[in-house]
Amino acid sequence: MLQDYIPVLVQLIAVVAVAGGILGASALVGKKRPTREKLSPYECGSVPVGNARERFSISFYLVGMLFILFDVEAVFLYPWAVVYKSLKWFGFIEMFVYIAILLAGYLYLWKKGALDWSR
Amino acid sequence: MATSSDLGFFLLVTIVKVAIILWVLLTAIAYLTWLERKVIGHIQSRWGPYLVGPHGLLQPLADGVKFLFKEDIMPADADRLVYWLAPFIAMVTAFLSIAVIPFGESFELRGHVIPLQITDLNVGLLFVFAVTSLGVYSIVLAGWASNSKYPLFGGLRSSAQMISYELALGLGVVGVLMISGTLSLRGIAASQLGFWRLGGILILPRWNIFLQPVGFLVYFMAAIAETNRVPFDLPEGETELVAGFHTEYSSFKFAMFFMSEYANMVTVSCLATLLFFGGWSGPVFGPGWLRVLLPVFWFCLKVFCFLFFYIWVRGTLPRFRYDQLMAFGWKFLLPLGLANILVTSFVLAWIHS
Repeated sequence: MLQDYIPVLVQLIAVVAVAGGILGASALVGKKRPTREKLSPYECGSVPVGNARERFSISFYLVGMLFILFDVEAVFLYPWAVVYKSLKWFGFIEMFVYIAILLAGYLYLWKKGALDWSR
Repeated sequence: MATSSDLGFFLLVTIVKVAIILWVLLTAIAYLTWLERKVIGHIQSRWGPYLVGPHGLLQPLADGVKFLFKEDIMPADADRLVYWLAPFIAMVTAFLSIAVIPFGESFELRGHVIPLQITDLNVGLLFVFAVTSLGVYSIVLAGWASNSKYPLFGGLRSSAQMISYELALGLGVVGVLMISGTLSLRGIAASQLGFWRLGGILILPRWNIFLQPVGFLVYFMAAIAETNRVPFDLPEGETELVAGFHTEYSSFKFAMFFMSEYANMVTVSCLATLLFFGGWSGPVFGPGWLRVLLPVFWFCLKVFCFLFFYIWVRGTLPRFRYDQLMAFGWKFLLPLGLANILVTSFVLAWIHS
């Protein structure tokens, strides 16, 4: 069982080595001639105004919350789906009730406009 | 694995497999960039790369050398550690998930059966989803660390897009899991070998696409969005965000984001092949070595078709607007995926009782 994960570890080590090697090589080989203008953030040629890390739209936060809700649902469906053939009608009704409850919440969100981006 | 020599052999085989697969993947990615430029060029009545080597075939190599020797610029107020970490995470997550992808049957070497796959996890599909969804960190962190406005917007947009379409991606494959009853990618592919017969005549291969066409559509559209490709490439929409989250990246760090994007394309194409198109199933004949190699060939051919389709789509479709993109994911793909699960479970319960 656990032995199945040894190759994953080998792959991880190999990939970390490749990615680290590329990063290191490119940092060592490339020449460096920094100037103040070159190191300033790119803003289409105009002088940058203020800090970039400002407040941003709350919509992104809302999407994050909705994602967690529905992703938990999706993950919960996986074990159910794998053993579905032995559950038959019992599994169908159980999951139908579960999805119906979630759909009610989903429709509420839709009605409230939480899924409309431009609001 | 009873003895230590067995374990040593196992480790040796694993290391060889990892080395070969990484080499193949890196080469495939390099030539995927060449193929993309060539195909897009011809779609737009241009030649594409043709100066470096015959038909521009050495172009990826020239690009690699150029990236390596370019100046590595980091914006003055950037968060140094995170700025370095972002391309690293992108590449590690993109290249790690290939470890559970099976690309053929198995062969025998000195009494050991060696499957053509780095490892067959019993939660293979979950592993791929878990690792690839970690890739969103690289994009958010890259946008944040650059301390520049375009990358920040690109990173935020991209993260919202990726997590939205991850739902549809996950829901699209549930129907396949119900049919095959396993999360192991090898198991799912093996369940699609053979044909459906009608009166003794072979009619269709047992591929899940014929049982789950809606699931496939949901999966594939979500997969294109997950990999930030046209028509869902808003994170790097040149006309509004310069280059999105990697605007401030130069040199090989820039290339690493591209390599991870292409590696993710390969991964989702492999998954589409394994889940819906029967993996390595196809006509097999001839001597023993050909029987080992032909399934690998069929698998690669199917993956190649998907990759070509990706490029074709890029040459054909215009970009979504951002609110359309979010509405498409949340109001169309998500309910469609759920409806597909309900219908599939109803039919399966009907058949099995």
